[in-house]
Amino acid sequence: MKTIMQLALGTAVALGVGLSGAMTTVAQAEDSNYVPLLTYRTGPFAASGIHIANGMHDYLKMLNERDGGIGGVKLELEECETGYNAQKGVECYEATKGKGALVYNPYSTGITLQLIPKAGVDKIPVLSMGYGLSAAADGSVFPWVFNVPDTYWDGASVVIKYIGEQEGGLENLKGKKIGYIFLDAGYGREPIPLLEQLAEKYGFELLQYPVGVKEMQNQSSQWLNVRRDRPDYMVMWGWGAMNPTAIKEAVKIRFPMNKFIGVWWSAGDDDAAAGGDGAKGYKAMNFSGVGSDFPALDDIKKHVVDAGLSSTDAGTIGGTLYNRGVLNSVIIAEGIRTAQELTGKKVITGEDMRMGLEALNLDEARLEELGLKGFAHPMKVTCEDHAGSHPVFIQEWDGKTWRQASGWIEPMTDLVRPMLEKAAAEYAEKNAPWPARTEPCPN
Amino acid sequence: MFYREAGQFKTSYKADQALMPILQDRIGLSVILVVAFVIIPAFANDFFLTSIMIPFLVFSLAAIGLNILTGYCGQLSLGTGAFMGVGAYAAYKLTTMFPDANVILMVLLSGVFSAAIGAIFGLPSLRIKGLYLAVTTLAAQFFLEWCFIRIGWLYNYNASGAIEVPHREVFGIVASGAEATPIVRYFIVLCITAGIAFLMANVLRGRIGRAWMMIRDMDIAAELMGIRPLQTKLMAFAVSSYICGVAGAMMVFFWLNAAEPSSYSISLSFQILFMVILGGLGSLSGAFMGAAFIWILPVFLKFIPGTLGIEIAAETVEHVTFMIVGALIIFFLIVEPHGFARLWQIAKQKLRVWPFPY
Repeated sequence: MKTIMQLALGTAVALGVGLSGAMTTVAQAEDSNYVPLLTYRTGPFAASGIHIANGMHDYLKMLNERDGGIGGVKLELEECETGYNAQKGVECYEATKGKGALVYNPYSTGITLQLIPKAGVDKIPVLSMGYGLSAAADGSVFPWVFNVPDTYWDGASVVIKYIGEQEGGLENLKGKKIGYIFLDAGYGREPIPLLEQLAEKYGFELLQYPVGVKEMQNQSSQWLNVRRDRPDYMVMWGWGAMNPTAIKEAVKIRFPMNKFIGVWWSAGDDDAAAGGDGAKGYKAMNFSGVGSDFPALDDIKKHVVDAGLSSTDAGTIGGTLYNRGVLNSVIIAEGIRTAQELTGKKVITGEDMRMGLEALNLDEARLEELGLKGFAHPMKVTCEDHAGSHPVFIQEWDGKTWRQASGWIEPMTDLVRPMLEKAAAEYAEKNAPWPARTEPCPN
Repeated sequence: MFYREAGQFKTSYKADQALMPILQDRIGLSVILVVAFVIIPAFANDFFLTSIMIPFLVFSLAAIGLNILTGYCGQLSLGTGAFMGVGAYAAYKLTTMFPDANVILMVLLSGVFSAAIGAIFGLPSLRIKGLYLAVTTLAAQFFLEWCFIRIGWLYNYNASGAIEVPHREVFGIVASGAEATPIVRYFIVLCITAGIAFLMANVLRGRIGRAWMMIRDMDIAAELMGIRPLQTKLMAFAVSSYICGVAGAMMVFFWLNAAEPSSYSISLSFQILFMVILGGLGSLSGAFMGAAFIWILPVFLKFIPGTLGIEIAAETVEHVTFMIVGALIIFFLIVEPHGFARLWQIAKQKLRVWPFPY
């Protein structure tokens, strides 16, 4: 009985400490910019999430170590573990928003959807880099949400364009069968309307193979169907444990790997490596640099990883997803820098950050200045277009590493943009009364 | 000494049969209600309300719902998550069809749909029992989840495949959507949860509740004594699903603001089941205690290192929290398999005889 009493007492004390912590908002230092990082290093999507988290953390940490932050003001970083779980994501958001958060990167479509309506109310922008709600690209409806450099619809149009190129022209797609294997959630289903539209336009047949979140690691039935249907090409919209499984299954049924193309989230090094030698030739879209041959990445290695300030394994620097995380942080950092220039303040707020992101102009010269020449396509955000439909390239797995396999391919903007605007209008209508944009345009 | 009812004389049958015949219980409940209705709203910050109190109340209500079915009527169910989902999707459809209607009313009404679905899936309970029934409710879980993903009409054909809660006002106050303040949402959730809990406390000690408990303890004996198993079991399924449905609707309308089908997956069912088992099968207060243990404890553990100024990586905290909570679950189940409700009962007895235990 005594031990139980002691234990109860201990629990009560622990709860009391936690309670007092939860009840009092932590006073923030006046001379830093606070950037919360919603990451996931646990759960079914950790295999992808860890590299992204490392990349995001390391670049910002490197700016702190090398330059003393941005504009002479240090960045205060805090990671909050979401486990890709929407409930925990909201918990992280609520726990960190009061500390002067500048921007949120949810890295989950589910969490992004929950943060979109809150962003305008709490005046903190959401940066969903190449994921989230495609319609958010319409800046006139979603002033607080940014999805540079591309939406999923841009990506889907690039895949079809690339397949057309392989076949010697889009008109040759007639009568071809293109299989689409996707994570059966909002994320994977989003490209379907565009793919269906393209199928009608170019006369190819779209075969759909949904993979439920629970079946991510057991896709034999889907691939059995693939073997039966014999599609000419396979396109994949996967994430987490789904990617390596799909590649392994494709190798097993001897699907020609050079005709298997993944979205930029199915482009991880571990994903492709899972397929062994058979995965040679697997392709994926990408918009962030291949390899570690960039001065900025050398700085990360020198100032952060070798200094023991990060949990990154030095061998993973330069992996696709790591670089994706770095690019995400580059956009955050440039957003902060632009906001500082626009407002003349050193310590900025979420509203300033929104302006900074909206005025973002990452041109070739600036990329070179950052030590990231050729790391990404020059990016520009406008008040109307928060995605920008930037070009994407295709990379190919050579059995050991990724190498660039195509030039920059422009999305079919003429087709995608009207769909985006329509979807944005629909979202605003369904969520009526959706607030009209009142934020001034900084450009 | 602290819990002695000696000297509290009842002068009427009404007083004798009151919900809480002992003065100390009444004082305790009043203190809890004052804390919930006055002190917490007055002093708590947004994080405490939105990430701790609102989810805690929503889960408590869901645990009450499952407790009625599993704890009081003895029918094991693994479909709680799906029944909560039915409530959420029904409330979403209702409020988009009738945008001007009172959203609180719509949330309460949505439970009717999940009650109907629950009763349908409860039909096999007449023939099968125990673990076999758990399997059929598991089928309900998977089937309904499939519906949430596949039937576009349920989510109004949103491109995202998720339901997003629109902006709704009740008597001129924003009640749902992003602009609803945490305090308003907290009061709505608190009133609904407290109201249903009070109602259930009375139902359970009446004819209906006793019939459920008879079915649980020995269904053949109950049948011989004139309890009709079909009606009784189906009513338990309907009432339980109604409460779970309301909890599910509150979860998306007043807590999360948007929900994907995966929010109502099997893991939610298990979460609620653990709350019920840990809290104590067949106890209303146990539902609250179980929900507090499963939901609030991990949140506290997660934020303790930060407030103490200890620098630990976010994922390490997550792993450690997992281990501590897991170990505590095993510990409590070994020490008291009947849950926190039983622990509290033992504590009450000790308080009663202290300082002269016999």
